[in-house]
Amino acid sequence: MTDFTTWDIVRNLLLAARWTVVLSLIAFVGGAIVGLVLTLLRMGGLRPIRWLVRGYVDLFQGTPLLMQLFLAYFGAAALGFDVSAWTAASVALTLFTSAFLCDIWRGCVEAVPSGQWQAARVLGLNYLQSMRHVILPQALRLAVPPTVGFSVQVVKGTALASVIGFVELTKAGTMLNNATFEPFTIFTFVALGYFILCYPLSRYARYLERRLYGAGIR
Amino acid sequence: MALVSVNDLHKSFGELEVLKGIDLTVEAGEVVSIIGRSGSGKSTLLRCLNQLERHDWGTIQLADQRLDGASMTPGELSQNVGMVFQSFNLFPHKTVLDNVMLAPVVVKQTPKSEARRIAEEVLAKVGMSEKVDAYPAQLSGGQQQRVAIARALAMNPKVLLCDEVTSALDPELVGEVLRVLENLAKEGMTLILVTHEMRFARDVSDRVVFMHQGRIHESGDPQTLFSQPETPELAQFIASVI
Repeated sequence: MTDFTTWDIVRNLLLAARWTVVLSLIAFVGGAIVGLVLTLLRMGGLRPIRWLVRGYVDLFQGTPLLMQLFLAYFGAAALGFDVSAWTAASVALTLFTSAFLCDIWRGCVEAVPSGQWQAARVLGLNYLQSMRHVILPQALRLAVPPTVGFSVQVVKGTALASVIGFVELTKAGTMLNNATFEPFTIFTFVALGYFILCYPLSRYARYLERRLYGAGIR
Repeated sequence: MALVSVNDLHKSFGELEVLKGIDLTVEAGEVVSIIGRSGSGKSTLLRCLNQLERHDWGTIQLADQRLDGASMTPGELSQNVGMVFQSFNLFPHKTVLDNVMLAPVVVKQTPKSEARRIAEEVLAKVGMSEKVDAYPAQLSGGQQQRVAIARALAMNPKVLLCDEVTSALDPELVGEVLRVLENLAKEGMTLILVTHEMRFARDVSDRVVFMHQGRIHESGDPQTLFSQPETPELAQFIASVI
């Protein structure tokens, strides 16, 4: 058995943490794009489209992320698609993130008083013009703190991608543990890695929230 | 030809029939005050006039054009009928100038420089020239409402609807808003107001309409109406508000 120094462990975990960061970014950016489209469809679209979006959101919020990853990976394989762990993890996390962001953002859009819609309407603005010039700028200010806060969930969610063989921070920890049998040391480092990624995001979300309410939006 | 003609207008919210057949004509340049108890349908009537509420039956005409149904787009409608709300509804993320310029630029596609000139002109009219760069939250209620009036005027509407525009104001701020409306009336603007300001209704309007239980119960020139109400309902209402 080879001897692993503490530096070896940390170095390997740091290398794997890159993929945690990359996967988080993919999930978050992809989820934001899909989530924005879903939000617009859910707020304005035809009734059947609204129901469809609601069903989508309920589905992804009502099932464990772990199952979604399994389905994306093994389910796709069973249907004859050859998907890599990368693709499966990116797709599953993107869809998961989009469902939650859609719900968060819908709440923010609905929090803009109805008088704003009416004022835009009597000035002759159509739905998209009202959204763009009147509603979204106000909803955006409300949305930033909870969105940044949710990004923490995304980062931690990427840990589950380890179960389909995607080598990120958690998977690297498991592999190192199999080689060294030092679970306490290794998983302490793994946990520390997540904390270093997440803590600044939480702090930033809290700061944004204070600033928002400090500015006294009405 | 009348500027606004409303014919047999009906509107229900579920089981509740709010408007039970309204006939009303308003001439260009006329100032009409609609009074009545809360729940009598006055605000609903006003909101039907610019299609914030869809009526169930009857017609609304602006000069010779139907404004209900699909015959007029919201963009066209906004250039004919302006509206000022009880709660101002200014856009809090935009400055006074941007509030006023938004609709001309986005809806009418007026060039920015021209829209700015129009905005400055209407803001001068309501006495808000000095606050063009302020945000709504930095203004008093009376100032916000004057900006809201300017915002509506920037689309150069033929008729301005005012829905209890002084009801949310502190008493000492009511006067400045009413003075602006009075000046507009003098300039020949067509105004239809739902109001609780009986003195304003009496002194400034050409005609007062008393609504009761979803119908126009009585209407006429303000002096006669207030001094010699024909129906006991109006007499009772006047006694309760004055």
